[in-house]
Amino acid sequence: MTKISMTVNGKSVSAEAEGRTLLSGFLREGLGLTGTHVGCDTSQCGACVVHVNGKPVKSCTVFAHDVAGANVTTIEGMANADGSLGVVQQAFQDHHGLQCGFCTPGMVMSSAALLAENPKPTETEVREYLEGNICRCTGYHNIVKAVLAASGQSVAAE
Amino acid sequence: MYNFEFVKPASIAEATAALESDGAQALSGGQTLLPTMKQRLAAPDVLVSLTGIAEMQGVCLGDVGLHIGAATPHAVVAREAAAHYPALAKLAGGIGDPAVRNRGTIGGSVANNDPAACYPSAVLASGATVVTNRRRIAADDYFQGLFTTALEEGEFITQVLFPIPQKAAYVKFNQPASRFALAAVFVAKFADGVRVAVTGASNGGVFRWAEAEAALSANFSADALAGLSVDADDMISDLHGTAAYRANLVKVLTGRAVSAA
Amino acid sequence: MPKDDGIGASTKRREDIRFLTGKGRYTADINLRDQAIAVFVRSEVAHGRINSIDTAAAAAMPGVLAIMTGADFASVGGNPAGWYVASRDGATMKEPKRPVLAHGKVRHVGDAYAVVVAETLEQAKDAAAAIEADITELPAIVNMADAVANADNRVHDEIENNVCFDWGWIEDNRAAVDAAFASAPHVTTLELVNNRLVPNAMEPRASIGDYDPGTQDYKLYTTSQNPHLTRLLIAAFVLGIPENKLTVIAPDVGGGFGSKIYHYGEEAAVLAASKALNRPVKWVAERSESFLSDAHGRDHVTKIQLALEKDGTFLALRTETMANVGAYLSNFATVTPTFLHGTLMAGPYKTPLVYVNVKAVFTNTAPVDAYRGAGRPEATFSIERVVDMAADELEIDKVEIRRKNLIGADQFPYTTPVGLVYDIGNYQATLDKLIELGDLAGFEKRASESKARGKLRGLGLSTWIEACGIAPSALVGALGARVGLFDAATVRVNATGSISVMTGAHSHGQGHETVFAQVVAERLGIPATSIDIVHGDTSKIPFGMGSYGSRSLAVAGSAMVKAVDKIIAKGKKIAAHMLEASENDIVFEDGKFSVTGTDKAKTFGEIAFSAYVPHNYPLETLEPGLEESAFYDPANFTYPAGAYACEVEVDAETGQVTVASFTCADDFGNVMNPMIVEGQVHGGVGQGIGQALLENTSYDENGQLLTASYMDYAMPRTTDVPFYTVDHSCVTACTHNPLGVKGCGEAGAIGSPPAVVNAVVDALQRGGYTHVKHIDMPVSPSRVWSAING
Repeated sequence: MTKISMTVNGKSVSAEAEGRTLLSGFLREGLGLTGTHVGCDTSQCGACVVHVNGKPVKSCTVFAHDVAGANVTTIEGMANADGSLGVVQQAFQDHHGLQCGFCTPGMVMSSAALLAENPKPTETEVREYLEGNICRCTGYHNIVKAVLAASGQSVAAE
Repeated sequence: MYNFEFVKPASIAEATAALESDGAQALSGGQTLLPTMKQRLAAPDVLVSLTGIAEMQGVCLGDVGLHIGAATPHAVVAREAAAHYPALAKLAGGIGDPAVRNRGTIGGSVANNDPAACYPSAVLASGATVVTNRRRIAADDYFQGLFTTALEEGEFITQVLFPIPQKAAYVKFNQPASRFALAAVFVAKFADGVRVAVTGASNGGVFRWAEAEAALSANFSADALAGLSVDADDMISDLHGTAAYRANLVKVLTGRAVSAA
Repeated sequence: MPKDDGIGASTKRREDIRFLTGKGRYTADINLRDQAIAVFVRSEVAHGRINSIDTAAAAAMPGVLAIMTGADFASVGGNPAGWYVASRDGATMKEPKRPVLAHGKVRHVGDAYAVVVAETLEQAKDAAAAIEADITELPAIVNMADAVANADNRVHDEIENNVCFDWGWIEDNRAAVDAAFASAPHVTTLELVNNRLVPNAMEPRASIGDYDPGTQDYKLYTTSQNPHLTRLLIAAFVLGIPENKLTVIAPDVGGGFGSKIYHYGEEAAVLAASKALNRPVKWVAERSESFLSDAHGRDHVTKIQLALEKDGTFLALRTETMANVGAYLSNFATVTPTFLHGTLMAGPYKTPLVYVNVKAVFTNTAPVDAYRGAGRPEATFSIERVVDMAADELEIDKVEIRRKNLIGADQFPYTTPVGLVYDIGNYQATLDKLIELGDLAGFEKRASESKARGKLRGLGLSTWIEACGIAPSALVGALGARVGLFDAATVRVNATGSISVMTGAHSHGQGHETVFAQVVAERLGIPATSIDIVHGDTSKIPFGMGSYGSRSLAVAGSAMVKAVDKIIAKGKKIAAHMLEASENDIVFEDGKFSVTGTDKAKTFGEIAFSAYVPHNYPLETLEPGLEESAFYDPANFTYPAGAYACEVEVDAETGQVTVASFTCADDFGNVMNPMIVEGQVHGGVGQGIGQALLENTSYDENGQLLTASYMDYAMPRTTDVPFYTVDHSCVTACTHNPLGVKGCGEAGAIGSPPAVVNAVVDALQRGGYTHVKHIDMPVSPSRVWSAING
């Protein structure tokens, strides 16, 4: 066990971790940030997506030690300072982009990363960017709508 | 997952030294190695992360053509190779998904040589040079079958040097579950001929389709492939596609790549 | 227009706030003080005799607290099948014991035969790897036809030919059906496979057992769609824990789709381990375990025949199905392929004669049970495929053949030849709506546009019906159900007028916390924000049968309405007392109790307060307090129905199918929250497209699961589906429940697979590949290409 320090949601944190500790485990068990979910063991489902230095990564497929010193943002860090929902979160609620909520943290983190890279994506670009986030509930319709809406585009016709 | 000691050297020399210890294994982006370790199919004593080595990062123009540091993530290649080698950039931008592309690296992919991975086809079709901490290896000598390469114990890729073709395209047909290549073809037209590399399809891993190369070198048009066929005997047959289906895909995708180049 | 938060409003979901901010509380997120971690040891062979299990080395490893094997549970009960199904010759159903942990034999890859409990997950895994099981591998029974043909090779030693039952429905009609076929002008025959699916709720199963030695109370946190049923099964059948000493809590649950209806052995094991160790014991499945051990869905092999007049009038229909139940009977395994399948074989049509035969077969594969739609997707797929094939054979338009045979809107209530009474519907209306909404008239133009791009376009239809709102207890009891299928609710009005509603339904994505509050708000005329919906905890809720079978609103919602009506009745008594009027003169409207014809009134809040401050109550006629419970047992199933159209594009060179559009016109009866209803349909259609094009569960001849992860099991992704067009404006309100609702949760998954496959076959036919009559699901690129070139 050695100590790992990093910045998570703007706060400096440090905790002991083994070499094999995954970033997802470090967040969930080490820091108690259980908003990051683990839905598979083959790096496919995307429920565990967090941002490392602003880029989305699958936290179940990154060793915590490999991102020591990094700036990590999780779903718990996505609300506005006053606690209200951030733009992407609010769009997901407004457009019913979630049902059971399990894939939602990863879905929101990937969507936010997309909009940071590409503020006005097309429907196709949204679908391609979210290909690594599996949702079993929504059929994706309202997720895609929510992301388009969060980018300020009209989705009334959909 | 079995436990191990995690080390993160800052230079190629340090990494070389770290990998000399017994039970040491190199880790790049980890997008394939970590799932394998979760299944306890790999049990390194020391895991040597190559992602902290500055000299293994980045995309630049050099004497061979486009030089890519082995620890450069796919997302960076997709962005930074676009102006110089668009077909390669497109390939990198189509691997896995955005989160995977932010971690997975060209060196990791080429070192692993998964028969369904994208990069080996670009390396082979481009006639690229694989640079390691010990030597330079020509692409034609590097790939040696499924998950098998010329890399020796303690050797790791530091850079891949791509000659830039006049025209090129990569066309991938996704395996519907994993989104790896069920079959994919990289076609590269150079002044001295055309190279065609196929991934995803063969029992022997990535390979060059010699007949197509000859036909396309004479006439760089999808029509030139009309009389050709790929031998289904060498193709993978699994629940996602029969050997005959994959053989068909190779031909169809090669034609589409030529048209797209 | 509906109020913002009343019936009919697209009220935004209140539960979203916690899910969107990482504050959801799923079972895996719960960590109890001093908890230990359980890891299950699972069979790597499909079929084997356990000679011995040596746990000594594992037990001595660091951190290991306990190891249990099948022997430790040999004397406790088994997990039962919830429905008795007799064979047509009167033979009893074969019901092998389903143990907590495999004992004597292992019967499928992933069959757990031991559990290791340790201080940490990795310690438990290390020890699990050190357990030495001596298992003699036996030949695996995978293929159903082989299973039935081979009397000597048995999944359960005592069950000949591996047949659970051979069911005929309705057996008395068989001769008449056969006679109709013998004289029919045209018979269409289709053999098909309804592909086996893995439900794949995104949250893997997880359970925490927590025994309190001080009170001898057990608590189970678990990923369940119906905590009361789980408690009942553990108490009455499996462990014998008194029901009053066992609390089952299903907190936030990340999707179920059927797979979390059932009680699983892991739940009993963590409870027993917690008792043995006097510590909480937690288990969280990895996805690879989910693939191996969750109950799978579908897996039918069917021969269906339709007898018709030359003009397309349906005369009779008969089917022979083999239904895989896997290695053990999961709780609903026997009802799913029978009473949820055979009774739907009339579909929305007037077919006068129907006979259904289903053989349920044991194999060395994971148990198979209800998955979204449960039997009804299998029925719908068979019917809608054979209807299309008959239309092709008789050269009749596919809209017209359906229209000709649909039950008329004036024929309800309609008694089918397979034992159901459809209370109400208008199938022509949804078909007409579909034609308009999907612009079916414009198809040819779109097809030529596709052709210009080198693609073959096809149009596929499906007119479907389901029976849901499960279920009238008297009816299902007569058919073999071993439980009642009513539901319950308690409405607790607090002194300050806020309300807690305890419901027996369980929300794992459906949005009950929002919708149920809308219903109560509308009924009581008070803001939804002052109403909380409580679910998923047996210690708080009177009883409940959980959520599945599109039953929540139709059954649990009706119980809730009934309880609310009791609140109103009690409120009238209180108002009569306070206003010094006769109870009969009190009317309740817009949240106020008033004396009819006067301006004397009390608000709901004043009544509530008075109920808890009863300073001058006539106690012999008026009790203090304002809390009511109700149990509701439906009079009939509900019958949602609709018409779906799918358009696909096929790339003939690669066999790739792209869903170009998907249109749904549904009749769900009255709709409480359109936003949520549409979301349910989207999700169901997404799963249906998954079944039709992508998802396959494949075992090799040794019973090894080839599709055991997302690397090989193709889940629908964003890029596999289009925006859907959905409509629920055709409404025939259910005649027998207070809200007039029918249910919408399974519809999309039931109606969509045949529409997709019909579209693919249509595209190929139009493209000149007229030899292609059928392609089994999933209609993968490889299969399409092989069909074209076959």
